[in-house]
Amino acid sequence: MALSPPFDLVPPLYQGLLITLQLTAGGIVLATALAFLAGLGKLSHHRPVRWLSATYVEIFRGTSALVQLFWFYFVLPHFGVHVEAMPVGILVLGLNAGAYGAEVVRGSVNAVAKGQREAAVSLGFSPRQTLWRILVPQAVVSMLPPMSNIYIELLKNSALVSLVTLSELTFTAMTLRADTLRTGAIFSIVLLMYFGCSQVISLGMRGLEARLSRGRDLGGIR
Amino acid sequence: MDGETLWDWGYALEVLPQLLQAMRITLMATVCGMGLALVGGLFLAILRRSRIPALSRAGFWIIEFIRGTPLLIQLYFYFYVLPDFGIRFSPFATGLFGLGLHYSAYMAEVYRAGIDSVPKGQWEAAVALNFSRRRTFFTLILPQAVPPVIPAAGNYLVAMFKDTPLLSAITVAELLYTAKDDIGSQTFRYIEPMTLVGVLFLAVSLISARGIRGLERKMELKT
Repeated sequence: MALSPPFDLVPPLYQGLLITLQLTAGGIVLATALAFLAGLGKLSHHRPVRWLSATYVEIFRGTSALVQLFWFYFVLPHFGVHVEAMPVGILVLGLNAGAYGAEVVRGSVNAVAKGQREAAVSLGFSPRQTLWRILVPQAVVSMLPPMSNIYIELLKNSALVSLVTLSELTFTAMTLRADTLRTGAIFSIVLLMYFGCSQVISLGMRGLEARLSRGRDLGGIR
Repeated sequence: MDGETLWDWGYALEVLPQLLQAMRITLMATVCGMGLALVGGLFLAILRRSRIPALSRAGFWIIEFIRGTPLLIQLYFYFYVLPDFGIRFSPFATGLFGLGLHYSAYMAEVYRAGIDSVPKGQWEAAVALNFSRRRTFFTLILPQAVPPVIPAAGNYLVAMFKDTPLLSAITVAELLYTAKDDIGSQTFRYIEPMTLVGVLFLAVSLISARGIRGLERKMELKT
């Protein structure tokens, strides 16, 4: 089956796209977990937990994602840890986006109306119950729009992993470019592929937001 | 080279001057890139507000597309594709253009937030005073729209600073390139230069974040 140009470039690029999607999906799962861990950690009553969460957030928001990637890729082997590009990519993308997400989680939980917390206390809810049954379910709705942006940033940052030689979409494009020299067509397709993915994330998150905010009149929905 | 010592202070101090030198390129790229983004962002914001539907829709999609695709690919695109059309820039100029255009899309949204926050009465007053639309926008609305969004713009300045290492991919000898390709690949010691680069980024980001928070507080006092 011979596809006419420029569509003949799509199948090889599609292989790279699949890796990019794996990378992004893994990163999103890790980032979400870390965002909750560190975001709620910053609200903890225990000083060391607060301090640890804040340090994590400051370090990963304060340095460049690419520098983080290279640091893990070049420095971890010195500790005897053998690293593959894929897990390192997921780790760094997750750590980076998780730090931004932590601020979103913290802000959203804090923004839940104060009366809700007071009502929970007066009904004899334990702090843990208050958090997971009252505060988080309400906060999640207002987390979604900023989280959507963070996930899109993560998708875009996944292109950086090509620089540590993981054959995801960007890397595939670069090798294909070296083979065929059809630079313009390749990069145009790649740009469209990334754009399509970010639109899917954006629409998906908006759909989720609409679903979760059904029947509510609170939570920052417009 | 001994494999035992994990961190060699002597070596770290030896490479530090070279890194600080490269920091100048990084800072220059940040400042020039932001200059471009301030102008480009305003242009896109105006395009987005155009009364001609085709133009405003074009503005929307340009912003959406730039924000929805990786900066790295955009840089590659300008670096490898533009020369095919006979447009040739130095890597540094290409990098500035790429950074500037990417952040123009973000700045356009910042401007938009500022413009939307100006009370409608200001527009109406300008109409009553028989100001032209252009004059209203540039002498009345914009001066009120910009100050409240300066902190948001500051956040993007820091974000852009943290994106400058991407220029290393198109061979601009900024901080990361110097650490990895100039120093690391010659000595095969990456721990010190890489860590120093991280620390330098962290220091500048933390200091500027504090500055922005101060600025924000000042803005709140004024309003």
